[in-house]
Amino acid sequence: MEAAAKSQRQMVRLRGRSYVAFVFAPTVPILDWLQEIDATIARSPGFFAGRPVVVDLSSVDLSQSGISHLLTSLQDRNIRVLGIEGVEAARLTPSMPPLLSGGRSCVIEPSAPKKVETKKPTSLLLESPVRSGQTVIFPEGDITILGSVGSGAEIVAGGSIHVYGALRGRAMAGVNGYTSARIYCQKIEAELLAIDGFYQTADDIDEALRGRPAQAFLQGNAMRITELN
Amino acid sequence: MAKVLVVTSGKGGVGKTTTTAALGAALAQRGDKVVVVDFDVGLRNLDLVMGAERRVVFDLINVVQGVAKLPQALIRDKRLENLWLLPASQTRDKDALTEEGVGKVIDELRTRFDWVICDSPAGIERGAAMAMRFADEAVIVTNPEVSSVRDSDRIIGMLDSKTVRAEKGERVEKHILITRYDPSRAARGEMLTIDDILEILATPLLGIIPESQDVLKASNVGTPVTLSNVDGAPARAYIDAARRLCGDTVKMQVPTERKGFMDRLLRRRAA
Repeated sequence: MEAAAKSQRQMVRLRGRSYVAFVFAPTVPILDWLQEIDATIARSPGFFAGRPVVVDLSSVDLSQSGISHLLTSLQDRNIRVLGIEGVEAARLTPSMPPLLSGGRSCVIEPSAPKKVETKKPTSLLLESPVRSGQTVIFPEGDITILGSVGSGAEIVAGGSIHVYGALRGRAMAGVNGYTSARIYCQKIEAELLAIDGFYQTADDIDEALRGRPAQAFLQGNAMRITELN
Repeated sequence: MAKVLVVTSGKGGVGKTTTTAALGAALAQRGDKVVVVDFDVGLRNLDLVMGAERRVVFDLINVVQGVAKLPQALIRDKRLENLWLLPASQTRDKDALTEEGVGKVIDELRTRFDWVICDSPAGIERGAAMAMRFADEAVIVTNPEVSSVRDSDRIIGMLDSKTVRAEKGERVEKHILITRYDPSRAARGEMLTIDDILEILATPLLGIIPESQDVLKASNVGTPVTLSNVDGAPARAYIDAARRLCGDTVKMQVPTERKGFMDRLLRRRAA
């Protein structure tokens, strides 16, 4: 019986979570400050709509009725006050928002008007040779190179790699786990070819293919390199 | 219209300094006003090859740092009156080269000369980066061997990305100069062929300088090879290269093995 009673007890779980709120720091005279708020609302109606606001009273010295009056004025403007800081607890009544402490400032990024999202092309075209020591990384899709890839250069693509020239450096395709990616080149002299982590170094590449047009692709868990014709 | 030309390679010992001196002298002989600038701070050599090592008072670093004025540091060649040298400092290192300071010196040199030829140090670090930073054109000195060609490829990549021109979206005009080309080794297939090099680097050829004792001899006596033995094969190749830099069309001579009786006799005697 006792065990059954125990199992009915609900555990209270407390979790901490932090939020970003606007902090209003009213200045004297309060009337002028409220006018400033009105001007902001006039410029962009809805600027404060639905946004939590904390009132920081550290730079003004308001009585309990003064605080109450300020809160009502904000409420009239549809500004909802989440909490108050910078004043001793004795000046607040239980009906007022709670006293907050320990706030940290952070940057609030102005919400820019939403741009019309143009769809990004998923291929990158390079019209010049890739030189030794250069690295081209394009995780979003295919890379096409009109020219050669020098020894010691590195091409990293999320999709396939197409080289219209000699491939003498390293080419890594399908780096994000895209197993259907392939590597094509007009002249294979690569130092390393990799697709989705499966790789072959120059030593592994069939000597008969060297200098010929070729493609590399995955077949199961093995990379195959075959002549392209 | 002054042109800033950098002579660079990535790899050391391929002939940058020899080429700077030889092209500088050849261009000056055509009547252009030329200054050769040594960027190899700490390991300067161009003063030796130009035979001006005993006349260095102020250097590039002094001018960059404002200790000396440019005319105080410029050394006029004793053989050609329109050839000048701006030596590097031997006691400092490459960190003394600031971009702002080098930019000012190059700007001032542009107003005084037709050609500003910058002799780059080996490597891809600060010295080399500063030598190419303000270049309009580049001569990439390459030996017919794989290590040199790959380093040249790396340097071409830098010329296309790290120069002021590249950052403005313009192009640095690039030329390949193949040096230490040995026709007899080429005939035996012991070196990369000219075609291989040009295919890998995908850049136009400015000239082919044959391997020759003339070059070493000229350096040792402190004379640009284009002045010491004007009729020698390297001098003629450098003079042709200088003409091509000026826009002349000159037929490209690929050095071939000399098989004449006299040549064999002379070679044996020299050995």
